[in-house]
Amino acid sequence: MFDDRSPIYLQIANAIKDDVLRGALEEDEQVMSTNQYAAFYQINPATAAKGFAALVDEGVLYKKRGIGMFVSPDARAKLRTGRRERFFAEVVDPMLAEARMIGVPVDEIVKHIGAQK
Amino acid sequence: MISLRNLTVRYGDTVAIDDLSLDLPADKIYGLLGRNGSGKTSLLSVLASYRKASAGSITVDGADPFENAEIMRQTTFIRDCLDVVQTGTVAKVLDFTARMRHGWDADYAARLLDMFELDPRKRVASLSRGQRSSLGVVLGLAARSPLTILDEVYLGMDAAARTAFYRELLADYLDRPRTIILSTHLIEEVANLFERVVIIDRGRLVLHEEADELKARGVAVTGPAEAVDAFVAGRTVLSDRRLGGVREATLYGRLDAQEARRAEASGLALGPVGIQDLFVHLTSGANAGSRPLEALR
Repeated sequence: MFDDRSPIYLQIANAIKDDVLRGALEEDEQVMSTNQYAAFYQINPATAAKGFAALVDEGVLYKKRGIGMFVSPDARAKLRTGRRERFFAEVVDPMLAEARMIGVPVDEIVKHIGAQK
Repeated sequence: MISLRNLTVRYGDTVAIDDLSLDLPADKIYGLLGRNGSGKTSLLSVLASYRKASAGSITVDGADPFENAEIMRQTTFIRDCLDVVQTGTVAKVLDFTARMRHGWDADYAARLLDMFELDPRKRVASLSRGQRSSLGVVLGLAARSPLTILDEVYLGMDAAARTAFYRELLADYLDRPRTIILSTHLIEEVANLFERVVIIDRGRLVLHEEADELKARGVAVTGPAEAVDAFVAGRTVLSDRRLGGVREATLYGRLDAQEARRAEASGLALGPVGIQDLFVHLTSGANAGSRPLEALR
């Protein structure tokens, strides 16, 4: 699942965030332990731990001493807000740039999106 | 922790390890990377106390390991020749190792033999290249030594056997964390198992870095040649390729968010660089000659 180039701990953090956003991980649900994660994805446990630590820092996960890591109650809402802020800059603008490059008029894009509703 | 201070290994006039200092905290998986003849095996031989340094010092948890029975009992070094009696059977070799290593797990060794399809009744001399290597893996893992050094143990192992080796190594490490030093040329297939990477070249330390940090160190910058020229000026360029008016430069050094935005604003594409590619760039003769390694430290 990992591309072997960008830091894996970031890829782990992003994969877990996607799971939370999609609802595959519920709030207050326990996530895999670093050792389970390391064994499953064949990575060093320190790398997995770093990914989890990043998520704790961002408030997506919280720790229960001696039990494990859980999804924060407000994780999904928080992630949604963050992603929405970046949605136009990171998804829509590059798409429009691509459209300009290949000569797709904005009208046509709007029509296509309208048909998706 | 293992500490090396100004370690030097000479063979006559040849300097194999040149004034190398390094601290290796315990219970991590290290990848030791270096080209052929870079001094990897000399360094590992000193770490395992198979050889005395010509100058400088090594300590394991504060003590000199050389001819130190207590430390040597806790050190396993697996290298190409296996250091076993060639005329003995696999079973005999395991029995002998079991007597030497108090952490030896005979059940685990038997499971590993099964996994690698090694017949304990076979003589070591009659094993194929890949089977010998698998035997090395069995000896290295089942010893469960606090310091386990595996020097290119995968030689001749097929892809399935290597995959089994990596899986077992990680699984057993998760159960029983210990210091494991792996030297390898097959960097891409094990890079994810490393917590830290040590690169040496011509007997000198090039870098010692967390594997994930190292991955973030390389950036490939691609775009119109003039824009790339302007962006990379004053930075460490590890390699360079041109195709028509396009230039791709591999930079060493993390870009901050502002620099990345500036690059993208001037029409440049930024891409990651894998550990194996970084290693090649950092140690290939063409670059090493023109670029002082000191600049990287």
